Amino acid sequence: MEKIPLNKEQIGRVKSTAADIAGQIREMIRTYSTVCVERTLLRLYGVDGVVDDETPVPNRVVDILVEENRIDSGVTRALAAVMIKTGRDAKTVAELIARRRIPLEDPASYDMERIMAVEQELARKAVDVLDHSRKRKQAAIDRWGLPVQPWKYMITATGNIYEDRTQARSAVYSGADIIAVIRSTAQSLLDYIPYGPTTEGFGGTYATQENFRIMRKALNEVSERQGRYVRLVNYASGLCMSEIAACAAFEDLDMLLNDSMYGILFRDINMMRTFIDQYVSRLICSRAKIIINTGEDNYLTTSDAMENAYSVTASQLINEAMAKDALLTDDLIGLGHAFEINPKIENAFLYEIAHAQLARQLFPNAPLKYMPPTKYKSTNIFYSHALDTMFNLASITTNQGIHLAGILTEAIHTPLMQDRYLSLQGIDYVFGLARGLGDEIAFKPDGLIVNRAKRVLDETEQLLDELKDIGLMEGVALGKFANIKRSRDGGKGLDGVFKKGPNYSNPVMDRIEREGVINA
Amino acid sequence: MPEQWIKPYGDTLNDGLVQLSFTLPVENGPRAIKAARIYAGKLNLKNVTVACAEAMDDAHTFFVAYGRAEPAIDYSEIRAEEATVEHMDFYEINDRIRKDLNRRICVVGATIGSDAHTVGIDAIMNMKGYNQDYGLERYPEIDAYNMGAQVTGEDLLKTAMDINADALLVSQTVTQKDAHLHNFTELMELLEAEQLRDRFLVIAGGPRITHELAIELGYDAGFGPGTLPSQVAAYIVTTLIKRRIMLNAKC
Repeated sequence: MEKIPLNKEQIGRVKSTAADIAGQIREMIRTYSTVCVERTLLRLYGVDGVVDDETPVPNRVVDILVEENRIDSGVTRALAAVMIKTGRDAKTVAELIARRRIPLEDPASYDMERIMAVEQELARKAVDVLDHSRKRKQAAIDRWGLPVQPWKYMITATGNIYEDRTQARSAVYSGADIIAVIRSTAQSLLDYIPYGPTTEGFGGTYATQENFRIMRKALNEVSERQGRYVRLVNYASGLCMSEIAACAAFEDLDMLLNDSMYGILFRDINMMRTFIDQYVSRLICSRAKIIINTGEDNYLTTSDAMENAYSVTASQLINEAMAKDALLTDDLIGLGHAFEINPKIENAFLYEIAHAQLARQLFPNAPLKYMPPTKYKSTNIFYSHALDTMFNLASITTNQGIHLAGILTEAIHTPLMQDRYLSLQGIDYVFGLARGLGDEIAFKPDGLIVNRAKRVLDETEQLLDELKDIGLMEGVALGKFANIKRSRDGGKGLDGVFKKGPNYSNPVMDRIEREGVINA
Repeated sequence: MPEQWIKPYGDTLNDGLVQLSFTLPVENGPRAIKAARIYAGKLNLKNVTVACAEAMDDAHTFFVAYGRAEPAIDYSEIRAEEATVEHMDFYEINDRIRKDLNRRICVVGATIGSDAHTVGIDAIMNMKGYNQDYGLERYPEIDAYNMGAQVTGEDLLKTAMDINADALLVSQTVTQKDAHLHNFTELMELLEAEQLRDRFLVIAGGPRITHELAIELGYDAGFGPGTLPSQVAAYIVTTLIKRRIMLNAKC
């Protein structure tokens, strides 16, 4: 419902400007690839496991390609050539290459038609992985059904996947609809995905394919018992963004945190690397129907939520445009925002409503991801619980999509089991109490809420116009987002970016792009 | 009970009433509630009431309990260290730097180790500051470098040397299994190994930090939750001035 009378033409303008901004990086994505993208392809071809010193096979194979100065042609044809030579499958061949038992072959010395036939077969299998995941998840949703929005999103972060499993079960029992396993905090900067089940992590648990499998299995069991489909979330961010997306597709994850700029700004990851990996990870999400969650909430933890509200909206528009470029449909674009205005500001709640309602109206079909207060959480847990209650009310009133549960001990430690329970109890209380409030109220046409939303949209338009002129990469370099400056040639992971050579091929991307959005 | 002896205050002096919440890994029911009451009794609480027992799942129960605590302590014997901070505002601090140090001061801050939270270091350093109190970046007489989160001790030291810092602000926000203590200790060991300990003022911050704990860990000062940027700035400035006076006296 149009509660705030926004200017439709202005909305059209900002969306089209955002599309232009996203378009500026499309050419860069066409021209370059990354080591992460190549490792992702290997994973989708069925390559897994580790060699000697715990190095994942995909990493070792790509490292060898880099060593031999052949990375610019990509991994696929080189792999296809060895498959033809040995008559073995991708997984076996990759392992042999990784153990340096057999050398890589030069595809040029093979019949191109045969190479391309193997390549197409690899691409078919890779896309099958994504299609099967999509279908399995749809079957689970058909069987158990989805809860009403806002979906209650709860984190576990023990560092030990088996302990997370216990915590997740209890959270679902207490009402959680979505379980996110927070990653070990240093993982975004690892240029490989750890292997196997893990029991040690700081502030979270390592994202590994085996950990995904363990948690998915536990949630399937609990979905069966509770009679509702419980979604699983992890993080496709950092230096292994698209690889994580591939692992997530194998293990039927439902959502991935995946932002177009988060890694650049907050982890100092190179922007070319991020934009390319992000695009490929989103293609995977599109095909496997994984909902992305973008990270705009982070802008407000470093900058002020009143002064910089427009940077959230601008980033949402850019994230949306980039997501659509990567074939994601509205229902898969969980744009982020947060309840982070200083609670001492008089009428802060009204401004929060204005921001949340603005997001709701700009993206009516997106499952908006609404983040709880963190910055003004206190070590007084009772006060913090009260903050979360108002956040819950803002969420239900503006009909948000994905509601990240605020935790009363946010400022102290990773949540205890009882903290989750109290949080979910508070959410259920407010959501039940005020379920229809949003449908009942209208805002005063010239009031605080309407004027605030309009002002944020005006400021957003100004920033987007500026970004369109100077370019997104230059905008980031100038600190237009979160006051953090990152240069095009700076940051981690730049050495993993390479220019595609004349013989480069990526049959998986080609196929997904060619076939477009698939719903069946 | 003599006046200096104290115990928790519920609604009557010396009633010793405490409130606690905890989880037991058992299914809720009369047996679980009894177990909670007995357990609270083992904590030496008397007249225990289990006010609330709710099932979180079929194997975990959440309790809120009240009881009367027996021990009393002699308050006159309690001593606590606090970083002594002269109260000064933004203008006074800049003024003191100009007049008493006669040079700009340089501060580098970081969240170290695996902790990804910049909330604490940002509250102190970012232009905007915290609770209407400007951050160090805003001070014309302070060069403030915020390195963000997940900074290694080596990187922090390298930056501190490169920019010739006067003070290091080291933050740890969210912790698990005492990782913050480990990280703080590791940095201090590194400083000592590099024989750089005395070159900088080293200040710890975060929700688990008290001045006392910081001193114990070998830091110059510690600031806990709710600290304002001006308190940290005032501490740095006054300490640098004191050190300068001491140095001059030695010469």
